Amino acid sequence: MPLKIGIPRALLYYYYYPMWKVYFRELGAEVVLSSFSTKGLLDKGLKCAVDEVCLPVKIAYGHVLDLLDKVDMIFMPRLVSVEKHEYICPKFLGFPDMVRCLDKLPPLIDVNINLYRKKWDAHNAVTKVGRLISGNYINIYTAYLRARKIQKIYFRLLHLGLTPDDALAILEDRVKKRPAQEAKEFTVALIGHPYNIYDRHISMNMIGRLSRMGAAVVTAERLPEKTVRSYAARLPKKLFWTLGQRMIGAAFHYLERPDICGIVHVAAFGCGPDSMTGELIERYARAAGMPFLNLTLDEHTGEAGIMTRLEAFLDMVRWRNMAAVGM
Amino acid sequence: MRATFPHMGNLHISLKAMLQHLGVEVVTPPSCSKKTLNLGVKYGPEFACLPMKLNLGNFLEAYEMGADTVIMAGGCGPCRFGYYAQIEHAILKDIGCNMELIVLEPPSRYIFELTGKIKQITGNKPLWQVIQAICYGYQKARALDEVEIAAFKSRPREMAAGLTDAACRKALKLIDRAISWREIVEARKIAGKTMAGIPVDKDRAVLKVGIVGEIYTLLEPFTNLNLETRLGYLGVEVDRSIYLSEWVNDHLFMGLIKGLRSRKEASIAAHPYLRHFVGGHGQETIGNAINYARAGYDGIIQVFPFTCMPEIVAETILPVVSADFGIPVMTLIVDEHTGEAGVMTRLEAFVDLLARKKEMKEAL
Ligand code: SF4
Ligand code: SF4
Repeated sequence: MPLKIGIPRALLYYYYYPMWKVYFRELGAEVVLSSFSTKGLLDKGLKCAVDEVCLPVKIAYGHVLDLLDKVDMIFMPRLVSVEKHEYICPKFLGFPDMVRCLDKLPPLIDVNINLYRKKWDAHNAVTKVGRLISGNYINIYTAYLRARKIQKIYFRLLHLGLTPDDALAILEDRVKKRPAQEAKEFTVALIGHPYNIYDRHISMNMIGRLSRMGAAVVTAERLPEKTVRSYAARLPKKLFWTLGQRMIGAAFHYLERPDICGIVHVAAFGCGPDSMTGELIERYARAAGMPFLNLTLDEHTGEAGIMTRLEAFLDMVRWRNMAAVGM
Repeated sequence: MRATFPHMGNLHISLKAMLQHLGVEVVTPPSCSKKTLNLGVKYGPEFACLPMKLNLGNFLEAYEMGADTVIMAGGCGPCRFGYYAQIEHAILKDIGCNMELIVLEPPSRYIFELTGKIKQITGNKPLWQVIQAICYGYQKARALDEVEIAAFKSRPREMAAGLTDAACRKALKLIDRAISWREIVEARKIAGKTMAGIPVDKDRAVLKVGIVGEIYTLLEPFTNLNLETRLGYLGVEVDRSIYLSEWVNDHLFMGLIKGLRSRKEASIAAHPYLRHFVGGHGQETIGNAINYARAGYDGIIQVFPFTCMPEIVAETILPVVSADFGIPVMTLIVDEHTGEAGVMTRLEAFVDLLARKKEMKEAL
């Protein structure tokens, strides 16, 4: 029986899952994903997490619990840093240790992914994980190369404007024919951590709903790294959070794009980085005269309230557009 | 230039000594108060952590007193602190406070930038004088810590309520006034004698509690509602996991001065439970809690500002430490809504629990 490796459908699953999956498959392991986020899954997480952690971490607990009896090991790398001289978030630094406090946990694969000093350090971490499954260095290396290749394709799909779900569907060859998208009235930028805006339960399917309300949606993942970084470089001091940097850079870029009519910022309640980057984005948006809506989410957030605010915001954007063309 | 800086407990005494020795005019902001906090809450981002709001309040109050330059420490993550200064600056500008901001970034990467900034502050004073100033500041920090440690010991045992506080005030004033090396050494001695002279009941049985958590809320009594003093009056001897001089040694001198507790020890102790640093003092919180348990303390209190990320990681892990070592842990989360009455009730209940536990242990 192949080794079953569980991957929680949470946190940076939305960025790196294709790479992880291919890597483990190539080495002969079976990859088991946790179920999609649901209310029930979140409730499980809420029982185990302390009140103070942010919603995405609570839901990540739920995903880990969902995997408990289904797998031999859980893959939960400690994502210290994925870019030189940057971090992700203190909670990412501590997450494997937080999870280790749970009962009846299968062994964790919690290697440190730390590219703070040099990019090459990723390689060592990857090899270390590979050694747990296979003794063959050549296999490990080729698996790594294939994984990276897939990752590149995945990011390219994201840059084309696909959501992680759709991009994965293409990679896994399970695209169904879909009705062609009708043209939208206008475009808004949705800025937030990937695990907040792409998790349909956390975000209450915000992307889908915006689209149904008549707005095309662009996100930070749509932009290539280079663009994001060059815009983020306008800050007086470089941000040391990789995701924050992406959100800020994207927001700055969209502020200058004439086709973008508004920015919706999604923050997790109690999120440290969001409290700072959100403040910055709001300041710049206000200065640029761009309609801006800030939504803060936690487990008590009511869906109705959020939807009302979104609708009101879109109405406001619509009026502005009409006023601009002089109707 | 009329320079000001944020408050953090007794830090201002140390900093003032340093800057004044370098001929900088200093405006010490009024101690943190409700007013400071209200200013910070009014102008700061809603979800910023408490220290940042108080910093902002300090700057605004100092501005009213005529300060025109803010000296602030920087950082390179992973926690929010490293970006405080930039956001604070943007806010100050927005509300029309035209203050210059000098941010001292840690020297690990930008050593020349740091020396440049120091020059900007001091106006080209010779290096030896800068070093001398730092030594003065450090010496004062040590003296201040000694006073606090003595107070922690004597408060639960004092013969009459308030003796320790009075002695403390006297000692701090003495240290604050000293301006030359000789005077500082002398003040340190007299302060020590003053504290040792408090009449105490040596045989009184007291509980021992270790306080761990986020540095700002540990060092700034306004934020923790005078936790240490309150515990003292409840008959508890406290120790705090971080003292000013240790912080200065770890952060400014890169641990050069030996013989002080250092971050390293704490992180080694924490390792089985938390295997990586998580920013702020999260790992130290776990490590120090373990060290306190090993040293036979009766309980542990963790203090941190609402939404503080490293401490939330620690908070998650502390129950396991508590169970493994059989030591009760209380978590105190503070923000602008924290009420005195609620905290007092919780503290009393916790101290009661510790007392009962201790009695039971002794009865066995
Ligand atoms: S970045 Fe924010 S939302 Fe993400 S884990 Fe950290 S605190 Fe939570
Ligand atoms: S350690 Fe806590 S209080 Fe300090 S900056 Fe980080 S989140 Fe804020």
